[in-house]
Amino acid sequence: MQATTDMIRLKELTLGYGQRILLEKVSATFAAGQLTALLGRNGTGKSTLLRAVSGLETRTREKHRLSMEQKILLQGIPLAQIPQHQRAATIAVVTTERVRISNLSCKDIVALGRAPYTNWIGSMQKEDEAIVMQSLEQVGMASYANRSIDTLSDGESQRIMIARALAQTTPIILLDEPTSFLDIPNRYELCSLLARLAHQENKCILFSTHELDIATSLCDSIALIDTPNLYHLPAAAMQKSGHLDRLFTRKPIL
Amino acid sequence: MKSKTIFLFICLSLLTVVLFFIDLIVGSVSLPFSDVWAALSGGEVSASTAKIVREIRLLKALVAIFTGAALSVSGLQMQTLFRNPLAGPYVLGISSGASLGVALFILGIPLLGLSNQQWFTSLGIAGAAWLGSAFILIFITSVSNRIKDIMVILILGMMFSSGVSALVQILQYLSHEDALKSYVIWTMGSLGDITASQFYLMLPIILCGLTFAVAATKSLNLLLLGEEYARTMGMNVRRSRQLILISTTLLAGTVTAFCGPIGFVGLAVPHVARMLFRTADHRILLPGSALLGALILLICDLISKSLTLPINTITALLGIPIVVWVVIRNKSI
Repeated sequence: MQATTDMIRLKELTLGYGQRILLEKVSATFAAGQLTALLGRNGTGKSTLLRAVSGLETRTREKHRLSMEQKILLQGIPLAQIPQHQRAATIAVVTTERVRISNLSCKDIVALGRAPYTNWIGSMQKEDEAIVMQSLEQVGMASYANRSIDTLSDGESQRIMIARALAQTTPIILLDEPTSFLDIPNRYELCSLLARLAHQENKCILFSTHELDIATSLCDSIALIDTPNLYHLPAAAMQKSGHLDRLFTRKPIL
Repeated sequence: MKSKTIFLFICLSLLTVVLFFIDLIVGSVSLPFSDVWAALSGGEVSASTAKIVREIRLLKALVAIFTGAALSVSGLQMQTLFRNPLAGPYVLGISSGASLGVALFILGIPLLGLSNQQWFTSLGIAGAAWLGSAFILIFITSVSNRIKDIMVILILGMMFSSGVSALVQILQYLSHEDALKSYVIWTMGSLGDITASQFYLMLPIILCGLTFAVAATKSLNLLLLGEEYARTMGMNVRRSRQLILISTTLLAGTVTAFCGPIGFVGLAVPHVARMLFRTADHRILLPGSALLGALILLICDLISKSLTLPINTITALLGIPIVVWVVIRNKSI
């Protein structure tokens, strides 16, 4: 039972960037059906943690990476033991990078999300097409299917990238600062969308952000990086804990 | 596939066939179509006409088709791999490698007093150029595994090109006029210097390179979103990179070896393909670029034949406006 609800489990994970230690022996579990905000000051390792979990942290040396990937468990299995094609069926990622490609329709971008399941040349079956359209509908972008991605606004293209992650039909979705290019109404909308997807589709969604208000009001739980620790509490408990005030209240400038 | 795409493919194929026959008709002596057809199908025709058509023009037209396709496909791959609209088949330094090979062969032999070394002279210009590009292939693929950031490979390729040009300049500076002239003529490119036996060597290598490119189609589509996204969607970055780099070197390296460095085709044709087909999907762009490349090089060959100018000047004069247009419109790929 544990293995099915605990989507991501960190077991005494230590993460560093070069010589600097970002996280030391942190443990946490992230469950299915939950939207979790990952908070932390700049440079505390939010992105590094997300990259490590998604298996993108190739900057670290081979030996370190292997021991690191032993301590990240996805559905109970250490990341190190999950081959790449299976990772692609377990975790979908939305990075901070803005995608602007002319002549590439939204439908085609979302269809790329089916890559782990299609044949060598990427032929789409009826079922794949249906999943692509469904993903577009889930993010409310079905009418944009044939528009080229470079004609979309930042908020719209971010939704398309989320639709692409949905089309990958993975139990886990990780997003690195998905709200950073968006205005305030769009930020709320996007996070409500993520919350809805987590609850309705029973996905484990983890995203890094700097938006305290959004994190406390829309997310189920909050993971907070306080170097070298990681606190993971339900949103309400996190507010009461005082960690947020301590880390994010402006200190008087002397 | 959309009906418009199919229509475009049919039009381009027909146009290529027409241009292919025009290329056989046009030349220093214009031949009537009936004679060309007779020569090809083995009908009644004078021996000299049959010789011109079968041994000279047919070979040259075929070389134009395969060269155009090879350069365009390798250019497309490089633009996608490096996510740079100004990348082309030569960004890896392939043409520089080939030039160094040729420069060593043409300029170096007399300089270093190797003219009586049998093994070196028997290489021929093509052999020397091919060795030069193969050297680049080995260098780039062995380095590419250790480099995480693809942009570093781009910079390495460009720096390598500049370094090699400096070496070639030294050779040029020290060389005798005759050797210098034959080197400069090689750099102008030619579709007609290939012998039939060389063509039979070039053809399988190009087909091999094109096969690799087709095998990399899905990876190329995933690479549109960048290597990181591609990795999260299950692409083996190391293997795909290698496949694409080997394919490009086989295609561009072989063409450069036999025809000299033909510029701008590989850079401009993929953009024309994107404009015409209005897509970024490599399942369409790859055959589209190959077809367009063949077509455009046939046109270039026709122009270069009728003006008796080197092919490279024509491809540059046709290709540069397209590249300039791309830069002005600041199109990302």
